[in-house]
Amino acid sequence: MTPRKYLVLCSVMVLAALGDTSLSRGMKQVGSVSPEHWTRIFVALLSPWVVGGIVLLLGFMASYLTALSWADLTYVLPATALGNIITAGLARAFLHEDVTPKRWIGILLITVGVGFVTRGPALTANDSGPQGNECQPVAAQGER
Amino acid sequence: MNFAAWIATLLLVLESTAGDILISRAMKQIGDLQALRRRLGTWRVVASVLRNRTFLLGVGFMALGFFTLLAALSWADVSVVGPACSSLTFLTNALAAKFFLKERVDRRRWAAALCVAAGVSLLASQKR
Repeated sequence: MTPRKYLVLCSVMVLAALGDTSLSRGMKQVGSVSPEHWTRIFVALLSPWVVGGIVLLLGFMASYLTALSWADLTYVLPATALGNIITAGLARAFLHEDVTPKRWIGILLITVGVGFVTRGPALTANDSGPQGNECQPVAAQGER
Repeated sequence: MNFAAWIATLLLVLESTAGDILISRAMKQIGDLQALRRRLGTWRVVASVLRNRTFLLGVGFMALGFFTLLAALSWADVSVVGPACSSLTFLTNALAAKFFLKERVDRRRWAAALCVAAGVSLLASQKR
């Protein structure tokens, strides 16, 4: 794992947390959208928080796809679960939610899980390499 | 939570897992995106991702999952559906990655998946 790859994993965590928080704030401004008046959802697209959230989540998707191109799914998902803690922190900062003991235990469990997975290799599968796409991987295997 | 909500939650977990597995497989088929971007440029890499059928199928499952989530939320509280779905998906992904992606899910990764699933469940159940 190179520092650049750790940066990609950090981007997955931070962009997802910021995107979710931004969308959440935007949707709270727009108000609840009932199924009878579903077209009101398009009003949400006028909110800068919603637009910002969508842009941030597009960035998250790009980082997530990049991470999956050189690491196992069972590595990427737990390793980026710290994003849930960032989301909880942002929700607390913006919405002044309390961090209950139950939530602290959740944070501790996620941290332990991330610790477990990040001490192992990022890639264990795909010995056969790429399958049938015109783009061939050029990454040095030594990086992994 | 009623029977329909349980079925919708289960369906949501399956669709999310299928989406993650297909997208992960597509990314392995395409190769290291950072290295490809340096060699081919951003737009050619984006085009190769968008042309990959496995990726598009994965996105289709994700979209299906989104609509199933909306249905599930109309039958049950988000405080129940959210944690149940996010924690179960960590476990089903580990299982599916072992069988469909041939990843070596050792004890360390199972422990990580279990810890994170339990942690996310505890965190999410307090959210709303």
